[in-house]
Amino acid sequence: MIKNFLNSFLLIEIVKGMALTLKYMFFMPRVTINYPYEKGPLSPRFRGEHALRRYPNGEERCIACKLCEAICPALAITIEAEPREDGSRRTTRYDIDMTKCIYCGLCQEACPVDAIVEGPNFEFATETREELYYNKEKLLENGDRWEAQIAANLAKEAAYR
Amino acid sequence: MSKTVAAANQIDVKNETHIKPYTMNFGPQHPAAHGVLRLVLEMEGEVVERADPHIGLLHRGTEKLIEYKTYTQATPYFDRLDYVAPMNQEHTFALAVEKLLGITVPERGQYIRVLFAELTRILNHILNITTFALDVGAITPALWGFEEREKGMEFYDRVCGARLHANYFRPGGVAMDMPAGLAQDMMEWTEQFPAFLKDLDTLLTDNRIFKQRTVDIGVASPEQALDWGFSGPMLRGSGIAWDLRKSQPYDVYAKMDFDIPVGKTGDCYARYLVRMAEMKESLKIMQQCLRNLPDGPVRSNDYKISPPPRAEMKNSMEALIHHFKLYTEGYHVPAGETYTATEAPKGEFGVYLVSDGTNKPYRCHIKAPGFAHLQALDFMSRGHMLADVVSNIGSMDIVFGEIDR
Repeated sequence: MIKNFLNSFLLIEIVKGMALTLKYMFFMPRVTINYPYEKGPLSPRFRGEHALRRYPNGEERCIACKLCEAICPALAITIEAEPREDGSRRTTRYDIDMTKCIYCGLCQEACPVDAIVEGPNFEFATETREELYYNKEKLLENGDRWEAQIAANLAKEAAYR
Repeated sequence: MSKTVAAANQIDVKNETHIKPYTMNFGPQHPAAHGVLRLVLEMEGEVVERADPHIGLLHRGTEKLIEYKTYTQATPYFDRLDYVAPMNQEHTFALAVEKLLGITVPERGQYIRVLFAELTRILNHILNITTFALDVGAITPALWGFEEREKGMEFYDRVCGARLHANYFRPGGVAMDMPAGLAQDMMEWTEQFPAFLKDLDTLLTDNRIFKQRTVDIGVASPEQALDWGFSGPMLRGSGIAWDLRKSQPYDVYAKMDFDIPVGKTGDCYARYLVRMAEMKESLKIMQQCLRNLPDGPVRSNDYKISPPPRAEMKNSMEALIHHFKLYTEGYHVPAGETYTATEAPKGEFGVYLVSDGTNKPYRCHIKAPGFAHLQALDFMSRGHMLADVVSNIGSMDIVFGEIDR
C-alpha cells in the first residue's frame, strides 16, 4: 500500500527508466558507425552486386550454359550465345536487369564455373534507372574490379558449397 | 449543469444541426500504420465508431507467381511475405514440399532450421515491441532494439549472405552449413541478450505512460479471439495456450524444452508481456539447439531434390547432370495436397500446397496470421480513442507483406 503510494507519487519507475537511458548515454560504448568512412562487417557469403569473372589468363569464365537465366526467379537475366571464331561457346549478350533482381543468390549457386557471382559490393546506387540495366561489359568490369575479394571469399566458402 | 451551458444547449436545439460521424482516412502514409494500411475511421469526436481496414496496397500476386515458378524458385518469394520474419515462412514452405515429397531432413539441418526460426522470432518480437513502444510515445526502445536486431541480422548475413531476404531454408534442408565459429558467437549472443531484455523491461513494463496507453486497450476475450481466428501471441495474450510448436511439433521442436507464455487480460499490455516472455523461451530453444547441434549433412543427400556438393558436381558426370536438371527443370513433386502450418512469430503461418505432379505447384495458398488479426481491429478499436487505434495496430504485429501477399 505505502509502496504503491510512494511508487506513484515519486515516479519511481520513470526515474529508473531515465537513469537507465542516462547510463546508456554516458557510460556505454558507442554503437553507431560513421557510415561512409566506417562500415559494418560483411560475411564472405554476402550477396551484393553481380560480377562476371575471368580466369587468371584473362579468358572469361562464362560458357553460356544459361543455367542462371533458367533459375532466375525474377527473370532478370538475358543471355544470347554464339560460337566464337575459335569455336568456343561464349555469350554475345549477358544482361542483368538490376531493378528486377531479388538478390536470392540462385544464379551463383547454379553457375557451374563460378562465372556469375554476387560480389561484396552493395554501394551501386545510381541516379537513373537505365544505369541499372547491366550489360556484359559492365559485369565483366565489375568482375575485374572486385576479383581479389571475390576470389578470397570463394576460397573461404569452398568447404561449404 | 450551469445556466450558461443550458442556454447554449437550447440555442443548439433551435438550430438543429446534427453532425454525422466524421469519416477519416488513417494512412496509407501514416507512420503508425506499419506499412501501407489504409484505415477508414468513423469518428464521433475523438471516439472511434467504426474502423474499416482497406488492404491490398502491397499486393504483389505472390500466390499466382508461385504457380509459375519451380519449387526452388518459389522459396525466395516467401521471404518477402512477412519481411520481418523471413526464415519462418521459408520453413513452412520447405516443410510443405518435404511432406509432399515424403523426405526427411538430416538432423543437423533440422537443428539449424529451428535455431534460425527462433532467432527470427526474437528479431521479430524486438521489432514489434520497440516499434509498438514508439507508436505509444517511447523512442528509446526502438533505438536500442535496432542495435540488438543488427546483431541478429549479422548472423543472418553470415549464414546465408543476406540480412533480410535469406533464401536459406530449402526443401530438403538448408542451403549451406553454418560457417565455423558462428555457433559460438550465437551462444555468446544468447548469453548477453537477456541483459537487453532486462533493460527493455525496466523501460516499459512498469512505465506508467506505457501502461496507460496499453492496459485495457483493445481487449479480445478468449471467445472473440477464437471466433476471429487469432493465432500466435494474439491468441495467447487472450489466455489460450495454443502453440503449434507444442501441439504438432515439426522438425526438432519435440525435443526442445520450453514453455508457452499465456496472457490473462487479452489487452495490448498482455500481448506485450506475452511477446517479452516468448523471447526468453526462444532464447532457451536457441541455447538447446546450439548445445545439441549434431554433426552431419545439412540437407537431403537425394540429388534428385537437393543439388550435389560443388566438388562432386565438378568431378562426377552424374552429379553434373543432377545439377543441370535441378537448376533448369527442378524436381517433380508427386501429385497431392497438403496444408502445413508452423508457428511463425506472428501466429499460424500456413501453406496449402497442391501439386499436380509437375515441377511447379498447381496452387499455393498462403494463410497469413496478420490477415485474421487485422479483421479484429474493428471490434477492438470500437469505443476507444483515436490514439488507441495506434496501440491496437502496434500490438497486433501487422506486416503488410503477408497480409496483402
